[in-house]
Amino acid sequence: MILPLRLDGVSFRDIIHPLSLEIESGPSTIILGANGAGKSVLMRLMHGLLAPSAGLVSWQGENARRKQAMVFQRPVMLRRSALENVLYPLRAAKTADADRIAREALAEVGLSQVAHRPARVLSGGEQQRLALARAWALHPEVLFLDEPTASLDPTATREIEAVIRAFDAAGTKVVMATHNLGQARRLGDEVIYLHQGRVLERASVETFFARPATPEAASFIKGELPWI
Amino acid sequence: MDLIRVVLAVLLGLAPPAQAQERYITVASTTSTEQSGLFRHLLPIFEKKTGIQVRVVALGTGQALDMGRRGDADVVFVHAKPLEEKFVAEGYGVRRQEVMYNDFVLIGPKSDPAKVARGKDAVRALQRIHQAKAPFVSRGDRSGTHFAELELWKAAGIDIGRDKGSWYRETGQGMGPALNIASGMNAYVLADRGTWLSFKNRGELTVAVEGDRRLFNQYGIILVNPAKHLGVKREMGQAFIDWIVSSEGQEAIAAYKIGGEQLFFPNAGG
Amino acid sequence: MIDGILGDPRLWDIVVLSLAVSLSAVAIAALLGLPLGAALAVTRFPGRRAIIVLLNALMGLPPVVVGLAVYLLLSRAGPLGSLGLLFTPPAMVIAQTILILPIIAALCRQAVEDAWAEYHEQLRSLGVEGARAALTVLWDIRFSLFTAVLAGLGRASAEVGAVMIVGGNIDGVTRVMTTAIALETSKGDLPLALGLGIVLIAVVLALNAAAYLVKEAAQRRYG
Repeated sequence: MILPLRLDGVSFRDIIHPLSLEIESGPSTIILGANGAGKSVLMRLMHGLLAPSAGLVSWQGENARRKQAMVFQRPVMLRRSALENVLYPLRAAKTADADRIAREALAEVGLSQVAHRPARVLSGGEQQRLALARAWALHPEVLFLDEPTASLDPTATREIEAVIRAFDAAGTKVVMATHNLGQARRLGDEVIYLHQGRVLERASVETFFARPATPEAASFIKGELPWI
Repeated sequence: MDLIRVVLAVLLGLAPPAQAQERYITVASTTSTEQSGLFRHLLPIFEKKTGIQVRVVALGTGQALDMGRRGDADVVFVHAKPLEEKFVAEGYGVRRQEVMYNDFVLIGPKSDPAKVARGKDAVRALQRIHQAKAPFVSRGDRSGTHFAELELWKAAGIDIGRDKGSWYRETGQGMGPALNIASGMNAYVLADRGTWLSFKNRGELTVAVEGDRRLFNQYGIILVNPAKHLGVKREMGQAFIDWIVSSEGQEAIAAYKIGGEQLFFPNAGG
Repeated sequence: MIDGILGDPRLWDIVVLSLAVSLSAVAIAALLGLPLGAALAVTRFPGRRAIIVLLNALMGLPPVVVGLAVYLLLSRAGPLGSLGLLFTPPAMVIAQTILILPIIAALCRQAVEDAWAEYHEQLRSLGVEGARAALTVLWDIRFSLFTAVLAGLGRASAEVGAVMIVGGNIDGVTRVMTTAIALETSKGDLPLALGLGIVLIAVVLALNAAAYLVKEAAQRRYG
């Protein structure tokens, strides 16, 4: 069990000001904020893709590296078939029974029929689903998602959200950055609101949207959903 | 370092046929000799008889002898007696033997600005060329031909190193390029008869002076001294030398003709 | 005249040797240069930028200089003389490999560095780093690397300085297209030299066309 994740006085240049927080297992966490608030950088600090300028990022247990996965806004697929893209990290980790696991993952996201097509000719939505299948096959404890549907149309967005819900139902901790408030309400249990590199609020989804505690949060919600 | 061995094996596999079994010698000779076509005529006879492949690297006489000094050739076959004798005296060669001679010809434009055409005296001709400041192309490359040209200037009493003007052009290249340049410039040039006979880009050039004994061009063959370099192929090299001075080799040399004209006159045993 | 040239069996020996030497050099240079370029693209160490500048500069290495250096190495009077490689096709392959290695490595480095920006975060997230990640990227951008390899092949088949010096232009043994053209030109047989030149260009063109078609077909398959 690698959670809870602790950030102690973590900062990154002038993008993230020193912050401390804990990510526990269980509720799906949405990191909300405007463009440029620092959501992507914070996600990368947590996932270990960036080293903090100061402070400490600590997981529990062993091998935390292998028990996380991340899906980016634009999926990066290798020039091979869909199935081979899912197999790639499994083989790198020398996972036993990789072929069966990969095929199950493809089935889970509904891509079995395109298993042998070149991944790069799939549609944007299909490639993003493939990225999720690739993450699923790793059976991670924590799944990070950085604006996963920002480049997709509504149909594809619904499909992706369905898969994310499946992850959550299977017990994976979901940590997702988005500026899509509807999505946050659909998928999230708690909200961490980021504004210019600082955590201004942290509350359950209902509380955050009903009674935002700070004026910045309030105007953010209004700006995104002006009819409230 | 197995990788190096594998790579070398791949590389060596390229030498047709496999390097280890191949019987060949490397002969350093001159561009004029090769370009006359003599080797294409001569070497297959020797190879058929002995199974030894003769690989000729054609350079200027000076460079050929340098190759011998470095041990990169097994035999040197050039035409500059004083340089050859020095080569042996310095211990780089075993023994010098005479093989054949051909002659040089003084080539010039049909317009003949120095008025030397149809003469029989090469030295007088050079004096007139110097006087008229007629364009003259020199090999300038330490070749046997270049060396012969320098000897003629000396015999003419002209210090060409000091007296050369813009009429005297040194090319630093082989006989072919020198003839090309002379053809392009309508200049005089000293050439060996063999290259002249097979030269195709004559333009306005023709033979101006020939037959002077001082245009006589002697070839010598020398085995590179195996004591100086371990890799020299002594036996096969000596076999080639022995063959070329033998009656069979000498007859083969005499038999080589271009357009019915004999190019080289065998005189081994001298 | 052209069918006179084409009918000469010696011509085809020369063409085959030219291809054998240059293609071998390209193969070895690719084997060494692609990983080198990739490694240079993804690692960071003091002096890295200086090495990149040096590698780019070496793309312009004059063939005669390479020829001279290899000659001095392989000469019997030199350190590797006992290998007996001077004036043989392997010596020509060695010289050409040295000549085109910087071209392939430098162009590969640029391509990998550009691709690395796109790939490396995702690969790291998947638990793949370092050499393994670099090789994955290298393989994934293989079609772009084609051009780097073809650039090397072009340089090798066009040069005359290196192969002339280390090969000696020996009739029937180390005579290739470029040295044959140089020889015929120096002999004054310009029509023949020109004819050989046309044959050389035709062969190189055919090679490039074939390479392009192969690349297109493969690209369609893999996206």
